[in-house]
Amino acid sequence: MRTSHVKFYQTGTFTVGNRLLSETERSVQSTLERTNALNSGHRACQGCGEALGARYAIDAAMRATNNQLIAANATGCLEVFSTPYPETSWQVPWIHSLFGNAAAVATGVAAALRVKGRTDTRVVAQGGDGGTTDIGFGCLSGMFERNDDVLYICYDNEAYMNTGVQRSSATPPTARTATTQAVGPEPGNVFGQGKNVPLIAMAHEIPYVATASVADVRDLEAKVTKAMSMHGARYIHILVPCPLGWGSAPHDTVKLARLATESGLFPVFEAERGEITDRRTIRKQVPVEEYLRLQRRFAHLFKPVLQVDVIARLQAAADRNIRRFGLHGQGEL
Amino acid sequence: MLKQIEGSRAVAEAVALCRPEVICAYPITPQTHIVENLGQMVKAGEVDNCEFINVESEFAALSVAIGASATGARAYTATASQGLLFMAEAVYNASGLGLPIVMTIGNRAIGAPINIWNDQQDSMSMRDAGWIQLYAETNQDAVDLHIQATRLAEELSVPVMVCVDGFILTHAYERVDIPTQEQVDAFVPAFEPRQLLDPAEPVTIGAMVGPEAFTEVRYLAHYRQMQALWLIPELAEEYEQQFGRSTGGLLRSYRSDDAETLVIALGSVNGTIKDVVDKLRDEGTAIGSVSITSFRPFPAKRLREVVGQARRVVVIEKSLAVGIGGIVSTDVRMALAGAGLPVYTVVAGLGGRAITQASLREALLKAHRDVLERLTFLDLRHDVIHREIERLETQRRSGPVAENILRQLGSVADHIG
Repeated sequence: MRTSHVKFYQTGTFTVGNRLLSETERSVQSTLERTNALNSGHRACQGCGEALGARYAIDAAMRATNNQLIAANATGCLEVFSTPYPETSWQVPWIHSLFGNAAAVATGVAAALRVKGRTDTRVVAQGGDGGTTDIGFGCLSGMFERNDDVLYICYDNEAYMNTGVQRSSATPPTARTATTQAVGPEPGNVFGQGKNVPLIAMAHEIPYVATASVADVRDLEAKVTKAMSMHGARYIHILVPCPLGWGSAPHDTVKLARLATESGLFPVFEAERGEITDRRTIRKQVPVEEYLRLQRRFAHLFKPVLQVDVIARLQAAADRNIRRFGLHGQGEL
Repeated sequence: MLKQIEGSRAVAEAVALCRPEVICAYPITPQTHIVENLGQMVKAGEVDNCEFINVESEFAALSVAIGASATGARAYTATASQGLLFMAEAVYNASGLGLPIVMTIGNRAIGAPINIWNDQQDSMSMRDAGWIQLYAETNQDAVDLHIQATRLAEELSVPVMVCVDGFILTHAYERVDIPTQEQVDAFVPAFEPRQLLDPAEPVTIGAMVGPEAFTEVRYLAHYRQMQALWLIPELAEEYEQQFGRSTGGLLRSYRSDDAETLVIALGSVNGTIKDVVDKLRDEGTAIGSVSITSFRPFPAKRLREVVGQARRVVVIEKSLAVGIGGIVSTDVRMALAGAGLPVYTVVAGLGGRAITQASLREALLKAHRDVLERLTFLDLRHDVIHREIERLETQRRSGPVAENILRQLGSVADHIG
């Protein structure tokens, strides 16, 4: 096949392969061979972080497995916007069963592949934060503890977006959702609740756990590729901003993901068998306010009066992450 | 080969003979012995090429089976009671997706109050879930029906529940003829899935379907069960020719030809019913019985043929539709609509209460004389419920009903049987 070099002109983003790199180091998305696992024509909103994250993640997983991949999907935005015929967008064998069982369905797929001797074919399960940290948590933990040969990817947009932005156990404190309204003496989601599933995944001592965001899709691709080079239970937790639920501009999706990581609110790290092996250090810490201001879900922190104390609590949480995960390059978990 | 074995062991051996590829196990009484036995057989290397997975819940058990079946593996699990309810969402999903999973139900009551003993409320709660439901009368039936269920499920691409009365069958040691591997291999061919997750030919399974197609998808689920109405008897006949044993197809009738009163029931209680029928026949009462094997699909036409010239029908039900009465009776009435026959509902055996010949005989004789209430509860203790109803009417904070009744009854040992 004749190939020609594709030139990319985007600057200031990490989203497309960098033409300054050698061809072998370029991103999956920059190659003509990319599979477009999640093809165009689906029904996601403009600026959807989940669609972006899913395409990069599954394309990378397909490249890592020579396209011998099966995907199991939880109910949620990703399933709904990608499947209605004739607009189904999946270029990969794909099954959706229920909201809370994607990890278990993937376990079944992996077991069948094993008995069928199809050792070259691998399985990925994927879901949003609701399907992962809440309703699918039992099945996820079961898959982890059995060390089933599944990569589970959580696209975390920090609420139940598909049903109209309700709070999940991944919703951050103070965020306004349809069930944590911006009213009363403590508007938005409360402090002191929620769970950190990457850390819980690590507690299962599974082979690989990583966090990533759509701000650094090269890092995301690398982590998916690494995960697919391993066997057993693996977990990648990807922060995917949601313009609808966060009340942000569609063109700010990547920017917000970057601000989340650069502020320390969303630590990006890797862990193997329960121990952190790498983290993405922050070059220059951004105040959380910069991240919060771009999102209407936090608007009540700024109007009618600036909630200095509340913002300080969020800043303290970000600072703690930086200390705890060594995001300045020196801390320890 | 004839063996004197526990029902659960017999079921496990039958399942193993069907060459399952993925077995998902989660314990719940009274089904547990089945998966324990299967686990032992797989671990000892007695089942070729089979994955035995200990999962964290019944919901996961069936979900793992769904993933395995969609990837082309013959998948099996077993459950009962609360376990079946806990997996309910996946029960509907497996049939909606048309995945031919075989699942044993060790029939047991549903709480509250928690009760581990036998009735059929659990599988009845899933009667509309799109699964074929076959009820075993004996442990021999249980063995034979599992082998037929595997073939039936895969030919139609519909999941099948084989319902086996908890304890009465699952824990009973009796003589069972276990077929050979060669016999079963000749009856159950390799699984050839209708849909397959395969990178060579990517398909999307489980897409969102709107009003434009949902009715058609659901109709086809019904259509496939209607096909089972002829496939079940056909397979039973083929099985009989090959194995020398009849499972009766959709239903079995007993001394029904000239019966004026016909007793209908599902499962192991038919043994007791047949004994009572024999005795009443000896006394000159024109009575017979029908054991329904296939409750889903419901064999309405076959039932009409069997009922023939009968003057009344009595349905013995091991479940209760609170607020209306019988569950099986409703389907029987629908099947016999226009025939003008009285259909008596006798709710019996709830939560493991013994269904005695004496009580059955009394109820059936009353029905035969048309003096039975249309809905009765066999051996209901009226004194106990009257006292509790009085308490409810006189005390606002009357307390928990079950505990009040237990207090009335005193020591447990005096009241079993």
